[in-house]
Amino acid sequence: LQYPHATVEPLLSGISLRCSDWYNRLGAGSLLTGDPAFNYQEHELNERLKRLYPAVNEEETPLPRSWSPKDKYSYIGLSQNNLRVHYKGHGKNHKDAASVRATHPIPAACGIYYFEVKIVSKGRDGYMGIGLSAQGDNMNRLPGWDKHSYGYHGDDGHSFCSSGTGQPYGPTFTTGDVIGCCVNLINNTCFYTKNGHSLGNKLSALSFCPCLSFQPNLYPTVGLQTPGEIVDANFGQQPFVFDIEDYMSEWRAKIHSMIARFPIGERLGDWQAVLQNMVSSYLVHHGYCATAMTFARATETMIQEDQTSIKNRQRIQKLVLAGRVGEAIDATQQLYPGLLEHDPNLLFMLKCRQFVEMVNGTDSEVRCFSARSPKSQDSYPGSPNLSPRHGATNAHLHNTGADSPTCSNGVTPTNKNKSHNKYTGVSSASASSSPSSSPSSVNYSESNSTDSTKSQPHSATSNQETSDSEMEIEAEHYSNGVTESSTRIMNGTYKHQEILQADDNSVGNGVADDSCSSRQLCGGNQAATERMIQFGRELQALSEQLCRQYGKNATHKKMLQDAFSLLAYSDPWNCPVGQQLDPMQREAICSALNSAILESQNLPKQPPLMLALGQATECVQLMAKVRSGSCSFARVDNFLH
Amino acid sequence: DRLVVYLTNSTLKIIYSVLRLICFYAIEKVCYAQVISTCTFIDSDMKNAVIGNNRQKANLIVLGAVPRLLYLLQQSSSSLELRTECAVVLGSLSMGTENNIKSLVDCHIIPALLQGLLCSDLIFIEACLRCLRTIFISPVTPVQLLYTDPTVIPHLMSLLSRSQHTQEYITQIFAHCCKTPEHQTVLFNHGAIQNIAPLLISPSYKVRMQALKCFSVLAYENAQVSMTLVNVLVDGEQLSQVFVRMMQRDKPIEMQLTAAKCLTYMCRAGAIRTDDNCIVLKTLPCLVRMCSKERLLEERVEGAETLAYLMEPDIELQRIASVTDHLVSMLADYFKYPSSVSAITDIKRLDHDLKHAHELRQAAFKLYASLGSNDEDIRKKITETENMMDRIVSGLSESSIKVRLAAVRCLHSLSRSVQQLRTSFHDHAVWKPLMKLLQNAPDEVLVMASSTLCNLLLEFSPSKEPILESGVIELLCSLTQSDSPALRVNGIWALMNMAFQADQKVKVEIVQALGTEQLFRLLSDPDTNVLMKTLGLLRNLLSTRPHIDQIMSSHGKQIMQAVTLILEGEHSIEVKEQTLCILANIADGNTAKELIMTNDDMLQKIKYYMGHSNVKLQLAATFCISNLIWNEEDGSQERQDKLREMGFVDILHKLTQASDPNLCDRAKTAMQQYLA
Repeated sequence: LQYPHATVEPLLSGISLRCSDWYNRLGAGSLLTGDPAFNYQEHELNERLKRLYPAVNEEETPLPRSWSPKDKYSYIGLSQNNLRVHYKGHGKNHKDAASVRATHPIPAACGIYYFEVKIVSKGRDGYMGIGLSAQGDNMNRLPGWDKHSYGYHGDDGHSFCSSGTGQPYGPTFTTGDVIGCCVNLINNTCFYTKNGHSLGNKLSALSFCPCLSFQPNLYPTVGLQTPGEIVDANFGQQPFVFDIEDYMSEWRAKIHSMIARFPIGERLGDWQAVLQNMVSSYLVHHGYCATAMTFARATETMIQEDQTSIKNRQRIQKLVLAGRVGEAIDATQQLYPGLLEHDPNLLFMLKCRQFVEMVNGTDSEVRCFSARSPKSQDSYPGSPNLSPRHGATNAHLHNTGADSPTCSNGVTPTNKNKSHNKYTGVSSASASSSPSSSPSSVNYSESNSTDSTKSQPHSATSNQETSDSEMEIEAEHYSNGVTESSTRIMNGTYKHQEILQADDNSVGNGVADDSCSSRQLCGGNQAATERMIQFGRELQALSEQLCRQYGKNATHKKMLQDAFSLLAYSDPWNCPVGQQLDPMQREAICSALNSAILESQNLPKQPPLMLALGQATECVQLMAKVRSGSCSFARVDNFLH
Repeated sequence: DRLVVYLTNSTLKIIYSVLRLICFYAIEKVCYAQVISTCTFIDSDMKNAVIGNNRQKANLIVLGAVPRLLYLLQQSSSSLELRTECAVVLGSLSMGTENNIKSLVDCHIIPALLQGLLCSDLIFIEACLRCLRTIFISPVTPVQLLYTDPTVIPHLMSLLSRSQHTQEYITQIFAHCCKTPEHQTVLFNHGAIQNIAPLLISPSYKVRMQALKCFSVLAYENAQVSMTLVNVLVDGEQLSQVFVRMMQRDKPIEMQLTAAKCLTYMCRAGAIRTDDNCIVLKTLPCLVRMCSKERLLEERVEGAETLAYLMEPDIELQRIASVTDHLVSMLADYFKYPSSVSAITDIKRLDHDLKHAHELRQAAFKLYASLGSNDEDIRKKITETENMMDRIVSGLSESSIKVRLAAVRCLHSLSRSVQQLRTSFHDHAVWKPLMKLLQNAPDEVLVMASSTLCNLLLEFSPSKEPILESGVIELLCSLTQSDSPALRVNGIWALMNMAFQADQKVKVEIVQALGTEQLFRLLSDPDTNVLMKTLGLLRNLLSTRPHIDQIMSSHGKQIMQAVTLILEGEHSIEVKEQTLCILANIADGNTAKELIMTNDDMLQKIKYYMGHSNVKLQLAATFCISNLIWNEEDGSQERQDKLREMGFVDILHKLTQASDPNLCDRAKTAMQQYLA
């Protein structure tokens, strides 16, 4: 892939696709007992499961965590948080066999699933079976005897594969042994372990192990048959004796190398063009004008949009991100007449944000009242500086965006229309947010001062200076990328940018802290507060007008309510709705506006790169749904560094 | 005229280059400065012509370019660029065939290049090292050349810090040139471990890999190195843990395998316990994985051999390995090369298979031998593997000596099982190929084969009869005359087993074939094992009464002499006990008794051993007396009287108070003979 690496940098580092925070919520919800030891174990379990099966979404497909008190034969007794199983029947013959299944089936997204059972006591005869079975199988049996069930039996060491007669498989097992069962959903096989040693799943004349044919929902299962038999399960509560993570790492490496070696063959040239196009369109979309131009020159490609349009969009975005929404609205109306008139939803969102920014004291309509000098105003924290915190919210947004165009486009086209009428702002959140967390935040923070000159004409010189420095930064990227295309240089550049970003953050945070102590409603200016109140009334009127025109809109109502609620608190920054004042909140509206402008110019409102990424993510989720185990090792974020 | 031969289009250029070089060389002596620019041009021309073309390389060597290049290389007056170019061209030449390397070595390239390493310029050093590396990793280069100059190794150690390239080349040279314990010691003494250990975490994969290989050759059968290795810390981490990390399943196979070898060697050298988790849960499973069908044939061979070596002395590891990943049946696959499919479809594949088929078979046999060396259940599992006994039988007569040796090792390991001797060994008539193998085989095969034969000659083995009939006695007797103590032991051992509860005919045959002289020579053998087995043979020969009398009547004098000699000599308790047992057997004979009774000196000796501090000797001596005074036999009264006179009764009386119950019982039984 021959393109300047430096320009790729901002987009990749900005993309964060953390799946969801289901785990945290689940963890908090399951702290039911007051026993600290139990809580600790629960915590251990959650940690281990999360590490072993990162691709599993437990909200959809919970992992087995204990034996099910409902899904068992009456001869089975459970104790110790439903982890210990003991036999309480007569144990006369095989008709007295009894088994128990785990609470949940093994989710396919595990890829490779593993659990262990320790034989606490072999009881009278040690007729114990460890394995898997499907829901609805007769529980008056040992695992392996029935259809869709598989088991490894302790008395003879045979493997039973949906049949009453076993095949010689491994050694026998007895009191003190730890038996493990590993299900590989990638090649649909299963093997057992004894005391940490794999017993293998090679099919040959002497040994036999089930090849799991395609079938849904296998549950971890144990079966006992004679009195005194006791076994303890380990679904991840404790470290496993067998090194399952090592086994998984082998499969991860296998699948990654499969992906890396995926043949492109003759289409290599096409691929390059596609890749260049993706990079270029991404740069254009976010308005990295100079970088995009340089890239286009280096790769000899064309840019669809003209340069001034890119710069205009970039200017508007910068205004929004700086919190100067009023100016952004003016600029939009001036540069793209009719756009906001045709999209009252967007206009309303912008106005609401403008109100919030007025409270914040950043919008120019209140800032002009401020006694502070333009310089100090410029140093007000810009949103990009807080980018590192951004990951968490983005993850959430992305999750909700599962059926939004970002992810589903190309997979389920019907969704596209639906969401089109809905909130474009939310749907593109994951895309729009990325630049702010990227090293290119340098540009943004510089641009604050650049654009402030519009309202403060007397600082023309500083404008000149800062725009120069902005150019310098881009030019630096350029020279790094073009003159040296080796990877070593790319690394160098990468570091350089990291440092820049880090510096930026520290500066930004420092300023933010300073301003914290002195921040007041509308910058503390009486006139500004009055203007804010007046603007609020106009906003209220706009809402009512929209209501009359288009009918009630719950979202609008909520937005307005939240914005007005800020005034109810003496310190809006530290109140239940204070999060609105966070500069990070500007990103969603910024990207919504950007997308709307692009759409009005008949350009894609999403960069193809983000679409591809969304599609890849969606495909992986789809793989989990159709029980293709390799999905767990082909996750998109494994490939984003 | 000779040049015409090479005048094809492609070689023309080279010859020109060489001629130019020769001219240049001539000119250089006159005026170096003027041609400095030309020379670089000439050389790079030559370089380009040479790279990647073996025939042209050979041509160039025939034309005598090497001495000239070497001359230029060594001239400290030449520019560094030129010297470096020379090293590069030499490096390229050395990449050719083995013959090229031979010619280079014959031109004394190694000392010249080693000398070049003393230069301070890194680029030049790297070029020299690259060339040296290529030469040293060739099998035709005598590794000793690295050690002739004692300053070389320390200098190489000091160069390790210069660059990643020097690290890679030097460690690769070490890994290939460390073949003997002496080499290990030299490298060890020059701080190889401390210098190379940090390279295990080098950012370069090649460096890590070569460093790892270095450790595997350094640690092999070397307790000193292994003991040092376990205490080495790399970046605060124990070396064994670094190796364990290198065995992770997502690491390259080569790395996993070599790391497993390092840990195996450290374990065998006693530096790591066999029950250590890093052996049981990491190294062993890793090596088993290396035997799987997914691996390359070379990797499977190396994996199996290393695994065999790892678990050879430890029954617990053998048990674990035998159930891990169905190893026993997995190994059966090693015998399926070349597969019938590959023969038809793919010539290249067939060639590859054929090349490795022997190696695979011998590795599998070795691993089976190791697996089955102690545990009866595992042996059963092995013999039940598909066609196993047939495979061993055909392996015994294969052309490759390595396979034969491994097959007989495997057979030997399985022959330790009573059950297998009785069943599968007999069913498959393994004695036949075994006997054939014994006819004219190298010593190492003979040792194993004769050792197996010992087991096959055990009295419960059904193969014993047919083997006897095949005229094995001559063969075994000739083994006892071998220079190798192991062969002497096995020969006499087999005879001993053969004589156990044997017919009179067999015993006579043994004595005749062996000859008394040889028998007594063996009784003074410097090897205690040989002595023990010879005594055992004597004891077996002197078993039932008629046999005792017969043999003693013909060889009594010599035997009594030999017994006296041993009892008087400096020997271990076991040897003396065995000798006293022989004496006890003699005392059981009808006529043979007299040989002892008339020998007062011998009686005194028996008396002495009855009062010995060692219970075993006391017991054996008491046995002897007990036999002499046994009531129901002729002349027992006189013997009892004589022995009473000599004070044996008092001793027996004392012994009835002995703390050892066996001795006490035996003494009481003897006393009863007097009372009756």
